[in-house]
Amino acid sequence: MKKSRFKNILIGFAFSPNLKANVFEAIRLAASLEGSLYFLHVGDRTSFKEKTFNEILNESPISPKKIHTLWELGNPVEVIIKQCVKNNINLLLLGALQRENMVKFYLGSIARKITRNSPCSVLLLIKPSIDYIAAQHMVVNAFKSPYTENTITAAFEFAKALEILKITLVEEISRSKVAETAEDDKGLRLVTQRKKEIQQEEHSRVKEIIGRIPDNFKINKTITSQSIFGARGYSIGHYAKIVRADLLVINAENKRSSFWARVFPKDLEHILSELPTNVLIIQPENK
Amino acid sequence: MSGFSSFKSSINEIPNNLFSGFVVSLVALPLALGLAIASEAPPISGLIAAIVGGVVCSFLGGSQLTITGPGNGLVIVLLASITSLGDGDLYQGYLYTLAAIILSGILLFLFGVFRLGALSEFFPSSALQGMLAAIGIGILAKQLHVMLGVSSINGSPLELLAKVPWSIKLLFSSPSFSVVLSAGLGVVSLFILIFYSRLRSPFFQFIPAPMWVVIVAIGLSYYFELFLGFTAPFEKSLLISFPENLWSNFPSPDFSIAYSMPFIASVLSITLIASIESLLSIKAVDKLDPKKRRSNVNKDLRALGLATALSGMIGGLNVVTVIARSSVNVNNGGTNRSSNIAHALFLLAFLLLFQDQIQRIALPALAAILVYTGYKLAAPANFLRILKIGKEQLVIFGITVLITLTNGLIMGISCGVLATFLIHAIINKNLFLFTRNFLKPNVLMYLEEESGNYYVSVKNFCSFLNFYKLKKKLDEIPESEHAIIDFSMCEFVDHTVMEGLNEYRRSFARKGGVFELIGLDSHSAETQHPFAIRKSMPDLDFFNLTNNLTKRQLSLQKLAKILNWNYASDLSTDIKDLERFDYFKTKIINYRYNELISKEENFRFFDLSYSEGAFIAKDDVFVSFLLIDLSYSIPQFILDRETFLSNINAKSTYKDINFSKFPDFSRRFFLGGKDSGSIRSLFDSELIFFFESHAYFRVESIGKGLLIKNKSRLSSVQEIKSLFAFATELMSLLNKKYL
Repeated sequence: MKKSRFKNILIGFAFSPNLKANVFEAIRLAASLEGSLYFLHVGDRTSFKEKTFNEILNESPISPKKIHTLWELGNPVEVIIKQCVKNNINLLLLGALQRENMVKFYLGSIARKITRNSPCSVLLLIKPSIDYIAAQHMVVNAFKSPYTENTITAAFEFAKALEILKITLVEEISRSKVAETAEDDKGLRLVTQRKKEIQQEEHSRVKEIIGRIPDNFKINKTITSQSIFGARGYSIGHYAKIVRADLLVINAENKRSSFWARVFPKDLEHILSELPTNVLIIQPENK
Repeated sequence: MSGFSSFKSSINEIPNNLFSGFVVSLVALPLALGLAIASEAPPISGLIAAIVGGVVCSFLGGSQLTITGPGNGLVIVLLASITSLGDGDLYQGYLYTLAAIILSGILLFLFGVFRLGALSEFFPSSALQGMLAAIGIGILAKQLHVMLGVSSINGSPLELLAKVPWSIKLLFSSPSFSVVLSAGLGVVSLFILIFYSRLRSPFFQFIPAPMWVVIVAIGLSYYFELFLGFTAPFEKSLLISFPENLWSNFPSPDFSIAYSMPFIASVLSITLIASIESLLSIKAVDKLDPKKRRSNVNKDLRALGLATALSGMIGGLNVVTVIARSSVNVNNGGTNRSSNIAHALFLLAFLLLFQDQIQRIALPALAAILVYTGYKLAAPANFLRILKIGKEQLVIFGITVLITLTNGLIMGISCGVLATFLIHAIINKNLFLFTRNFLKPNVLMYLEEESGNYYVSVKNFCSFLNFYKLKKKLDEIPESEHAIIDFSMCEFVDHTVMEGLNEYRRSFARKGGVFELIGLDSHSAETQHPFAIRKSMPDLDFFNLTNNLTKRQLSLQKLAKILNWNYASDLSTDIKDLERFDYFKTKIINYRYNELISKEENFRFFDLSYSEGAFIAKDDVFVSFLLIDLSYSIPQFILDRETFLSNINAKSTYKDINFSKFPDFSRRFFLGGKDSGSIRSLFDSELIFFFESHAYFRVESIGKGLLIKNKSRLSSVQEIKSLFAFATELMSLLNKKYL
């Protein structure tokens, strides 16, 4: 088995007040995942910028091992995506502020565009911090999809690397699967009954997935699962916020370029428009 | 319950429902006639609506206890439609309006098909109240004149109100005999309605107040004709007239102006009011249902739509669900839809058998019923109640009332909605909160796997604009479960939502569940108070009794001191232990106060405010109770004074248990319960002698609790003492048996 699925990690940086926090987070993460770290700046390479950046690197308490710094010119979205492909990047880090409007203020819609089109997994950090804050609780999506098992496995791997102890698997179930309405007592009984059945099905499905996950990832972990009937993407974000999760792990969306997909925002958009916490978006492996 | 056994039990309940249907028809007859006349439609059109509605809705409806027929709220829209569409020609206006009614029925049916039963939830509560108050004022303004014997006055509601002194003056300036007689009948009728609920005699209460008015009116007419020899004591214009032949000459609806704006506006306002009135009534009746069933509002809307269209085709008014008649139905032991059809068939029978008598009813008597109805809708108490919730609510309410009265219903309710939205934006100093989040989902509900509780979290804001989203989730929680509603991520919660949540709290309490609100204590402005929910319970603020104790309260305090008990005069809305008693099955408990609690906390005496019925049939009653907690379990039973009504009233759920050994006790007391065998073994000669030798108290056991009531009013201090003596002696008897 390979060492880690997150071998190559890339972070795009800009000279914002958050630079130091972003860099420190990236170094810590790369150290935990034992991967090599690529810093990418899209813009002019000036000696002042270089100096500032190196100073920050030197301040870091953890001395980074394999570091590459890239300076490129061009359209940020295109450049970042191109560099990801070129350097075989497995994980892309993006800093964000908690409100969507604020994200726009710093990065424009750039972060969003990159997230949507990224060829690799993406980690969105809402509150990058200079000091280390241990993550404790991870929420992972577990809805029925061919990509989910890969995501859950990746999440467990990530949890092991970052020593996150509590993992909650959330099965989002479309309300339309219930196919009954609670308009009167009979309807309510049917709805409750049907929900119970679906919940049990989902639980046993998730249990099977957990069973297939290598045992060494599961040591010392508290694993729970929770089913939620509601809008996919929205529900898990809201849930992560309620339980004060430190990390939310979700599937990357399978691309749908149809007209309707643009008109009606899908799962991912709910989360991007209101980041509940740090979000890790897992791209399917064989892509 | 399986299909067959429910069918069987509904067969068994037919006598009860026939009876309650009969009582309802006594109320419905005068109301149907009065509402039709107030709308300037032929009197028979109201009866057609009630008969068609009763038949159609009992077969196709989705609720069990509701009564359908012509509605109060619609009077104003129908009146406007009939008078304006016909350009002064009332009959032509009526024909156009029939077309509008048919179309509104079809619209209503479609609302039901597309499951728009949540429609009424898009209106802010205060705006809705304002609209209802305006409707009340509208009815009141016109009918006051008719009640005083002046039938020929027209104008807008405000003009009509201004003309009331003129009508009174007319009465005194030209006192012709028939005018004085009419006005006298009207005023006497109004008095009957006002003082009816004060007289709690079962014989008098057997016939509903509106029917007494009709009886007085018909009786008066016969008295003058047969004994005093008058040929026509009342003017022709002040009497009801039916068409010569009931079975032919059905009016034909006139669709010729169907594309004109005023016609379309009529259709829309009729549909709007019909759906709002029906939906509010259905919800209100569900709260009265002793069997705690949940009505299918969309199914009801479909049935009402169909009934309305049919009724319109043969000359009848709109069919809506009506709260007053429905609550009369509940109070008289109605248990299922058969009481609605029974009420319709009784009405049909009245129409066929008593045509001549009905045509003797003078309009002032019916007008008095409508004045009373209008007053109930627009009572100053409503204004005060809304002021207590918040000044901003009174602003919304006031704007809606004024604009509805001057510019019509659609305009009024629209301005009310707009005003509410603007006030919310101003209170929050933030319009984005609403615009940015309006369309986003904001509610998450899930069943917590560890605790088995339903957890509901609400984000951003929750107001009348998106309450339906929250309701949709809440409706999927069985009311017997534990639900936790968390508002800590929600920045703003409005009055409509708080009021709505209070309804949920009640229905959870009724069905044995728990409904908790959390996360509201950190809220700003409106909901800063730790007991933010108090805001939605205006009654609490309303009676600020703590400062000045009344004489009775002072003596209660003294009594507590003598007994070494605790006394608390303040209001409490903690009622969940009471909902379990049979006595409160068809009652809505408001709050309890003046509580005396024994040292061991097993005796609790308190005064309780509860409501029976709803709307014009609503009575707020204050009664004293003693609640005893038992440390052991005894059989569940109800012991009450035996009256001639005890067989047909609510007690009929249980059979009277009689003892051949104690004929005197069996004759004087009604005793019933689920398990008659264990009750018989509990009631031995000692206990029976005890009950026989004491004054009458109503005693109800729910196993681990006893509820004792003296009379259906507050007890005097002397009565409280004898109640305590009775209870102590009863407890020592029971302790001897069980300890």
